[in-house]
Amino acid sequence: MSTATLTSGLVTVGPDTQAAPDTRDEVIAAKQEAPMAAAPLTHAPAAEPAEPAEPSTSFGERCGAFLRAVLPPLLGFAFIIGLWALVAMKSSDFPGPAKTLDAAITLFSDPFYQNGPNDQGIGWNILSSLKRVAIGFGVAALVGIPMGFIIGRFAFMNSMLEPIISILRPVSPLAWLPIGLMVFKAADPASTWTIFICSIWPMILNTAQGVQRVPQDYLNVARVLNLSEFKIITKILFPSVLPYMLTGIRLSIGTAWLVIVAAEMLTGGVGIGFWVWDEWNNLKVEHIIIAIFVIGIVGLVLEQFLLLIARRFSYGNN
Amino acid sequence: MNAIVKVENVGMTFDTKKGRFVALQNVNLQIRQGEVVSLIGHSGCGKSTLLNLIAGLTLPSSGAMICNGREIAGPGPERAVVFQNHSLLPWLTCFENVHLAVERVFGAKEGKDKLKARTNAALEMVHMSHAAQKMPHEISGGMKQRIGIARAFAMEPKILLMDEPFGALDALTRASLQDELIGVMEKTGATVVMVTHDVDEAVLLSDRVVMMTNGPAATIGEILEVKLAKPRDRLQLAHDPHFAECRAAILEFLYQKQMKKAA
Repeated sequence: MSTATLTSGLVTVGPDTQAAPDTRDEVIAAKQEAPMAAAPLTHAPAAEPAEPAEPSTSFGERCGAFLRAVLPPLLGFAFIIGLWALVAMKSSDFPGPAKTLDAAITLFSDPFYQNGPNDQGIGWNILSSLKRVAIGFGVAALVGIPMGFIIGRFAFMNSMLEPIISILRPVSPLAWLPIGLMVFKAADPASTWTIFICSIWPMILNTAQGVQRVPQDYLNVARVLNLSEFKIITKILFPSVLPYMLTGIRLSIGTAWLVIVAAEMLTGGVGIGFWVWDEWNNLKVEHIIIAIFVIGIVGLVLEQFLLLIARRFSYGNN
Repeated sequence: MNAIVKVENVGMTFDTKKGRFVALQNVNLQIRQGEVVSLIGHSGCGKSTLLNLIAGLTLPSSGAMICNGREIAGPGPERAVVFQNHSLLPWLTCFENVHLAVERVFGAKEGKDKLKARTNAALEMVHMSHAAQKMPHEISGGMKQRIGIARAFAMEPKILLMDEPFGALDALTRASLQDELIGVMEKTGATVVMVTHDVDEAVLLSDRVVMMTNGPAATIGEILEVKLAKPRDRLQLAHDPHFAECRAAILEFLYQKQMKKAA
């Protein structure tokens, strides 16, 4: 890969070199040096660990390590499925794992069918729930993160808004649903509105805390270097607040995904929460069980994705 | 006398919950061009406060602070600071940390290549070129402090302020960094003010050792001239009678005249 970028760099740079004056030559020389210097670095780690790794760990050892990692979770799932099958055997209307799997296969073989507004494939239901979460959450980020910066930066704003937030934060976002229905006169924006409400608190509070906890040492560095306001924001404030902000985002997307199911049960329309309620009215319990798994897996994926981003922006311990 | 920093009748009081606390009183000090001055004293005697005043990070309650003929009104790049805990920005590589300072000081009048060359030269001076592209959390404490020193020297400050620069390091690392600092100071002829509580370090590195009385209302007790030829070598100094005299004088000041009661 690095050789490819190197040659492509040479090709695009080549014609320039002949026409360019001296100063441009220097820049090009620097450009050429960079990938060359990087090339041995990228090659070395790939080659080195591979060689000593093979003789030191035998096939059996690697199998053992793999089993130790995989066996406990598999046993856990086997246990819960066994328990489920046992309960299903005793009860007449509770579907067992086999029946649920059958239903899941038919369900996922055509996830995107559309038979009118109240009968759509599970894929559409998941996507429309995700869409509501994305919009509500996105607007909450647009409002909440700047507000967190303001609260964190100015003590006056902090003491002004803190009591209001303290009172509103413990309120279940579903209590805001009627207000949303009243204001927007439609079900869909009202459930997005509840997502907005539940997502905004963790974002405001975590961002504000991040701003308040920017280490004094870094601010002293900024003062001694006499950095411009722009550099202070881009090089010091923003990077040091970022991990807190990401924690806020992760917490709010978790709650948002919890709340959307309940909100959609109340508002109806298309969405995974509505679908659960609809299948309950149809008495298709196996579909409800499938929905529980689907909601869990989507939530897990969202959480892991944000953890991955957060890990990218953590800078060691110090 | 060619004084680059003048501290005249400076006093510093802090308003605390328990009322006014007088940290410094009647401090008078002149620092000459190219001179290395150590501030030594028991903890809490206000030596770091005095350094922060020279840096401009805090402003004095009374008296005047003058640097290079002008009143010190705030921090500035002509007075670079090496912080005790290195204070490298963890999201920038070592190179970028130094480059941030270089760019600020020389960015207006020099090209990109020149700025890069300056950064690389500063890293080379503290023998850290190999770690240029490493993140601060990937290198040891001593190495971080070297980068901190490189960052300060790269700014080519009129005066370099160091707040217990080696305080957080183990004795062996500290010795090797002291030797390195001797070399760098020799090369650059820098004016340095450093806070320390290590008597050997003060004698080894300084031209003058400023001994401070205990707080509250601390002030300068005595000033000792260290008349040892430079560059100094710690092994030879171990047998030098003047080195022993200086050491004894500081120890006597710290542990007889200014013995800390109920420490």
